[in-house]
Order: sequence, then C-alpha cells, then structure tokens
Amino acid sequence: MFFDRRFRVKRNGNVEIKITEDERQLLSSLIEQLRELVLSTAPEGAVDPSLRRLYPAAYANDDQHEVEYQRSMRDQLLERRLSHLDAVETTLDDPELNQETLNYWIMSINDLRLVLGTHLDVSEEDEPNFLDDDDPQQHQSAIYHYLSHLLGELVEVANN
Amino acid sequence: MLIPLTQVNSQSETEVETAPVLTEDDDPTASTDEDVPWIVLVWNDPINLMSYVTHVLQKLFGYSTEKATQLMLDVHNKGRAVVSNGTREKAELDVFRLHEYGLWATMQKDS
Repeated sequence: MFFDRRFRVKRNGNVEIKITEDERQLLSSLIEQLRELVLSTAPEGAVDPSLRRLYPAAYANDDQHEVEYQRSMRDQLLERRLSHLDAVETTLDDPELNQETLNYWIMSINDLRLVLGTHLDVSEEDEPNFLDDDDPQQHQSAIYHYLSHLLGELVEVANN
Repeated sequence: MLIPLTQVNSQSETEVETAPVLTEDDDPTASTDEDVPWIVLVWNDPINLMSYVTHVLQKLFGYSTEKATQLMLDVHNKGRAVVSNGTREKAELDVFRLHEYGLWATMQKDS
C-alpha cells in the first residue's frame, strides 16, 4: 500500500498537514484537557505531580534565587504555554501551517508528552506495548506513543 | 527513570562543596553576580525525544546540527551537558526559554 507523508514542506515554506479527522479531534480534546490542568494548578506552589516537568527549578543549588525566579517567571511560563495551546487549537483544522505555528504545535505536543509521560512514569527502556488490553493505563500509553510518533514527524519536517 | 528533583539538588550541592570557591559571605570583596559566569545545564530525562532536544538546541542557540547533536548525546550518555553560559540575566533567560520548550534545564555559577 502506498504510504503518503502526513507532513510536507511546500515551496512557500508552509507545512501541509494530512492527519485524519479522528486525530484532529483527539488533539483538540487533549489540548483542552491540558489547558484545564495547567489552569487548575495556577496558584503558586500547588502543582499537580503530573505537571512538575512543566515547571522545573531554575537554580539547582540556590534556594533564595529560586524563589525569586519562580515568583517572577512562573506566571510568564504559564501564559506562554496557554498561548501556544490557543495557537494550536485555532489552527487544528487548517490544511497547512506556517513555520511559527508549526513551532507552537511542536511545543504543545511536547507539553502533552511531558504530562502524560510523567503520569505514566515513563522510563528510558519503555517501548510501546499494546498487548495487555486490561491495563488501565493502556489508553494513555497508546496516546503517549502516538504523540511521540507525531512529534518525531513534526520535528523532522521543521528541520527541512 | 526520571531523576527526582531532590536528587539533582543534592548532586549539585556535592559539587559545590568540593569546589574551591569563596562565597560572598566569606569575602565581602568577592565578585558580584554580574562578574561571575553562569552555566546553563540540560539534564537527561526519559521523556524528551533525542531528535527534539537536538532541534530545540539548534533553534534556541543557533548551534550547527553537529554541535547540537553532540550536546544532546552528552545529555543522553553523561546525564547532562552545559548548553550555554554568560551573565546571570542571560542564563535566566536561556533557562526560561528551555523550560518553555519543556527541556529540563538548570543554572549555576561556573566553578
């Protein structure tokens, strides 16, 4: 069977997107969920464990500077994340993306992977395993690996 | 496995303890933050794709494919790599941009 590339750089520099309606709906749903999650834990200090990778410490060994850093930068980071999610949401049905929007897709899909991967406690050795249908995390794991595949393709096309 | 953040802290503190550096408390004439170079580190994590890390380092710092790939491999194989350096303000900005991309970055004084 002929395999059609799902992302292709056009002559004008834009990237043509050929993903299914199901994929667009899945991404839409995931983005909405991520937005709710990051907004639900916006107050300083109260971080859902799944979100800890979205807000790493900046100062490895300097508590005083770290407190100041988080106070001034944490909300900015949240705002950036939300604006990326908005940009993806408004372009989900577009047949092609410009390079700037492509970058927002890449960042948001990676954010989704960070949250899902943290939740699933992904380790270096993890490979997709779709055999155990009884695993309650099976669905999340399948989505995680789908997003990894999608991100790999998007990064490749962004480097072209 | 994802290294817990507390482990990063203790690891880094160990390094600082063994380094012959005077703190500002020890010496009032010691250099200020503005004079001391800071380094920005990216740490290994099991989630970020290798191709993604390389992509981000190229995009943020303008590194060649070769340099970005080598830094990514250092992160992957050695657990961390110094990806940039400069004043505290520059390091903070770099860390912020790396965090925006979801990379696990920290900063510390060069020693």
